[in-house]
Amino acid sequence: MEFQISITGFVALYIFMLAAFAGWVIIGGVPAILHTPLMSGSNFVHGIVVVGGIFALLNAVTVQEQVIGFFAVLLGAGNAAGGYAVTDRMLAMFQVSAPKKKHAQSGHVKAVQAKKG
Amino acid sequence: MLATISQLTIGVVDLAAAFLFMYGLLRMASPVTAPSGIFVAGLGMLGAVVASFLYAFSVSAAAEPHLLVNVGLALVALVIGGGAAWWSGRKVPLTAMPQMVALYNGMGGGAAGAIAAVELFGNKTTGATDLVVTLLGALIGAVSLSGSLIAWAKLDGVIDKPLRVRGQQAINGLVMLVTLAVGGYIVFVAQTGADPVMLMPGSIYLFFGCALVFGVLMTLPIGGADMPVVISIYNAFTGLAVGLEGFVLQNPALMIAGMVVGAAGLLLTLLMAKAMNRSVSNVVFTNFGAASKHKQGAIKGELKPMAAGDAGIAMRYAASVIIVPGYGLAVAQGQQKLYEFVKLLQAGGVAVKFAVHPVAGRMPGQMDVLLAEAGVPYDLIFQLEDINDDFSTTDVALVIGANDVVNPAARTDRSSPIFGMPILNADKAKKVLVVKRGEGKGYAGIVNGLFYGDNCNMVYGDAQAVLIKMIEAVRGLGLPAAA
Repeated sequence: MEFQISITGFVALYIFMLAAFAGWVIIGGVPAILHTPLMSGSNFVHGIVVVGGIFALLNAVTVQEQVIGFFAVLLGAGNAAGGYAVTDRMLAMFQVSAPKKKHAQSGHVKAVQAKKG
Repeated sequence: MLATISQLTIGVVDLAAAFLFMYGLLRMASPVTAPSGIFVAGLGMLGAVVASFLYAFSVSAAAEPHLLVNVGLALVALVIGGGAAWWSGRKVPLTAMPQMVALYNGMGGGAAGAIAAVELFGNKTTGATDLVVTLLGALIGAVSLSGSLIAWAKLDGVIDKPLRVRGQQAINGLVMLVTLAVGGYIVFVAQTGADPVMLMPGSIYLFFGCALVFGVLMTLPIGGADMPVVISIYNAFTGLAVGLEGFVLQNPALMIAGMVVGAAGLLLTLLMAKAMNRSVSNVVFTNFGAASKHKQGAIKGELKPMAAGDAGIAMRYAASVIIVPGYGLAVAQGQQKLYEFVKLLQAGGVAVKFAVHPVAGRMPGQMDVLLAEAGVPYDLIFQLEDINDDFSTTDVALVIGANDVVNPAARTDRSSPIFGMPILNADKAKKVLVVKRGEGKGYAGIVNGLFYGDNCNMVYGDAQAVLIKMIEAVRGLGLPAAA
């Protein structure tokens, strides 16, 4: 069996088109408050380029190819790791103002008012 | 056999990674699910990187003798690049986030460009389509690399002024034309086998050189306030470059991830440009923010200064306060003090909300992150369209470190450069308090009529110092916590 992937011509265009649509729709649903983490998050996602870098480096023949391939992996890894680190850090900061406590309080107030009434 | 199994494994893992990326981004639609979203995307990335080492079982015959060295190089590059970026990403202050994102983004563009360079120098492309796509990805990736680095330098303050020369656009156009011509020449020589006038490696170097120069020239003239748009553009560029190189390498995970980000970056770019009431080409090609030649009519009224303590007490006795934070607040590092003050007001029964303009900060949504860092719960933070109607029923609008985004000229003055830009209607509040360092103008260099309004008082001083005084004054009242 052969698992070598082969994407040519129109199939590639279809993939690009569908992926672009998916990206547009998915990102369109993100509220403005999350635009910075979203941007660094999508920045992280294109860090997948490191996989291409590894492929290129493993197939390098000349010293020149090895040097450039080395930088491809170096930069790609930086993109992925840095993008993840900052996104994760930012998202951890978004918190709600203790909703459970609030609800309990208002519930308590209502109960008190009901008793008074 | 081993090669087949490794290819199958890579295929499955990459498929899973592509799914996890999209699922992760989908989960980013709410602050509640977003942390798990980036986590699953991270799992996808980790799997894809580990699996990519299985390519070692199916390298070309020519590369086989070098395999051990290459694997070693790849591991070293992963550890150094990933480690350094991880360390810097954990350590950097959140105010520096825009330049970090620009930097990581440039790295991605550079990686895509480098992959293309390996393909070109090694003459590994097959057919004209392959070659053209490789060159296109190389061009976009290289522009994104050098452009992002300039954006980083600008945001980090290494370059502090937009650099403009006469005929800049003509020069940019010329460099672009040369780049395209060299690219066309490379394709021509490869396809016809014609005797190269210039040796191939030379042409490829020239091609990359021109592309890098173009990225620098394109970014240098753009002013700091336009950076949200620029970062979005380069984010989209890198995505596109990654997608194109994914096609060349026949890797659908790269194609999909790259194109999803390309579309996302495009959407964000358009949103940002809309929030600034400018077209994307206007941001990139015109020199906004230099010296505004716009003549302004005389503004009636005068600036009425107010002491910080009095302003704080006035807010304590208000029923509702909307705070409009701007980049000046972040510059003064006043977010923590601001939230401390807000908690005091809340304890006294004042209803407090935050109104954030889409372009507050140096990248989309940066102010939201800075407020979140200070501990402000996100249900108190409202975006422009959700809160603008509330100003007219609010007692006090506290404008702190913001200027152009609350300038009523955007609504009324047709000749103003910011006319038509969506603004926060702070002027409609019963009372407006403006915390500002001095009487200077905003980024766009326009006088703000809001400050001269009858309902407006100016509180001069560094945002953090002013907030400390406000906190002291309200504490000094010695009122019971809940009124």
